Amino acid sequence: MTEPVLELRDVNKSFGPIDVLHDINLTVKAGEVLCLLGDNGAGKSTLIKTLAGVHKPTSGQMFMDGKAVTFDKPKDAADRGIATVHQFGGTFPLMTIGRSFFVGVEPTRKIGPFKVFDRKTANETAVKAVQEFGITRIDDGDRLIGGLSGGERQSLAIARAVHFGARVLILDEPTAALGVKQASHVLRIVLEAKKRGIAVIFITHQVTHAMAVGDHFAVLIRGAVAANFMRGEKSREEITDLMAGGEALADLDTAMEGYMETHEGHPPQPASRATVA
Amino acid sequence: MYNFVVGTILRRPEAGAALSLILVVLFFVLFGGVDIANMLGAASWVNFAANLGIVAIPVGLLMIAGELDISIGAMIPAGSMTISILSGHYELPILVGMAGALGLGVIVGLINGLLTVRTSVPSLIITLATLVAMQGIVLSASVLLTGKASVPLAAPEWTKAIFGQLIGGSYQIIILWWLAFVVVAWAVVHHSRFGNWLFAMGGDKESARNPGIPTTKMAIWLFILSAVSASFVGMCGAILFNSAQVSGGMNYIFNAIVSVVVGGVLLTGGFGSIIGIFFGTLTFAVVNQGIYFTDIDRNWSSLIIGVMLLLAVLMNNSFRNLAMTYSPRKPAVKAAVTNPSKA
Ligand SMILES: Nc1ncnc2c1ncn2[C@@H]1O[C@H](COP(=O)(O)OP(=O)(O)OP(=O)(O)O)[C@@H](O)[C@H]1O
Ligand SMILES: [Mg+2]
Repeated sequence: MTEPVLELRDVNKSFGPIDVLHDINLTVKAGEVLCLLGDNGAGKSTLIKTLAGVHKPTSGQMFMDGKAVTFDKPKDAADRGIATVHQFGGTFPLMTIGRSFFVGVEPTRKIGPFKVFDRKTANETAVKAVQEFGITRIDDGDRLIGGLSGGERQSLAIARAVHFGARVLILDEPTAALGVKQASHVLRIVLEAKKRGIAVIFITHQVTHAMAVGDHFAVLIRGAVAANFMRGEKSREEITDLMAGGEALADLDTAMEGYMETHEGHPPQPASRATVA
Repeated sequence: MYNFVVGTILRRPEAGAALSLILVVLFFVLFGGVDIANMLGAASWVNFAANLGIVAIPVGLLMIAGELDISIGAMIPAGSMTISILSGHYELPILVGMAGALGLGVIVGLINGLLTVRTSVPSLIITLATLVAMQGIVLSASVLLTGKASVPLAAPEWTKAIFGQLIGGSYQIIILWWLAFVVVAWAVVHHSRFGNWLFAMGGDKESARNPGIPTTKMAIWLFILSAVSASFVGMCGAILFNSAQVSGGMNYIFNAIVSVVVGGVLLTGGFGSIIGIFFGTLTFAVVNQGIYFTDIDRNWSSLIIGVMLLLAVLMNNSFRNLAMTYSPRKPAVKAAVTNPSKA
């Protein structure tokens, strides 16, 4: 088997007295899509921010290609090829596609003694990069990011990360705000990135989306890895249960069953509970 | 094709400012009985525009970067008082006076910049504090050191030739400084990497910092540029008029912000252009000074400025939306629908 690109060993993270992540052990391999599942507040965003160098783990270690790494700032993670794409993709709605694609790494050409921003190269490269991912509707690098659809923005952001040599691509709920068609575009791009040998960490609340692209699933419950399994090891229903809080939902089921038995099959009445409270 | 070209122009950040300028001049010609050649040839509004424009550019750059600097209002008299006290009252060499004036700008800009990047206090509040503090310092220093609120300065010929000359008897040489500043700022903002960083920084500071853009350093430099530009305007004024006044300068705060906003810079940062700021300044100067060439009572000029500001901002808003929704597939249709000349 190939060595994991990224590995976490016993990673803990607390914010002051609040423990958010507990003994996280996870690995991602090249060309693998790891779906990170979990309820709101489970710690998914905190986990990926730790991977991206935004937070430093309180204890535990991270390894890239088997070597221990520490990130003091997001740039350190970015330099090692860890790219994060946030929910709304392009963060510069009022910049053109070409300009935002190259923020911080602008191509220049010389005019006499001056280094001039090379708009033509920037636009052509950006458009080419995103078209290679199958988004052919983007054909003008002078368009503003804000004028693109949500799916196009995500696609552009992913294409950008891949273009700049990302090895680990972190996507925090990329399909959350998208319609069915747009989401399927983004999912196709996730698969395209995976095909290029990139390790993808994909956060989502939608089982369908996770099932469509995931090779490897990890469920976080209250900051701990509650389940860690490969594609095909669990059914859709089991995954749904896990995503909705796992044991919590199972507990609710047994509690409900117990209640129904002792109350002759009547479900609890919300009104009566309200009067008690 | 015609529609396509119009559409492309309208999508630019300076479209609103250019249209405002045309509208204002038209208004003056149609309703003010202005002889257009007479007005456009006059020095008064060009001088006004140049002095304002030198401050408006850095104020606009800061606004694009998501910051604001209103301490310029105190830095203009501070610059003129510093050179007059040093080289006029104490009769030190003019270079000392100039270094003092510009050096003070560096110090105040550095304070504004450092406070802004080190604290989470909005730069509007920080520069409001330095504005008031600098006013106090300038006033007390001039009274303590010279005993007067107006200090004479006799600058040598060469200094006058460079900073305080009247070309053709009425055009201040600062007009050339302004034009040079516009060209340099335009080249840097729209054709260098730094310019791209500026827009990224104003668009989203966090995302700009992640790929390694030195946002704090840039903010500090922009504040320094702004304070130095303001004291430069004050310094040139003192050299030209042979004296410095403690008062004056406060109008510049308001005037510069109006020029920049009319010029299409987004108050919340991340969008704007140097050409837009240039046109915004011209428009403001034409309304403010051009009114004297009309039959319109001068008291109306504030009303005109208010209406113009509102119109320009509304235009800028719709042009920005136009730019956002622009789709290359059907440019002709889009342009035709939103082309105001057809409406
Ligand atoms: N900077 C912080 N300081 C203190 N607590 C924090 C901080 N960041 C996150 N937390 C806490 O950590 C927990 C996990 O938050 P996180 O944002 O990682 O959850 P999540 O799984 O991404 O949730 P969601 O699905 O809603 O995005 C929450 O209880 C949150 O309040
Ligand atoms: Mg989250």
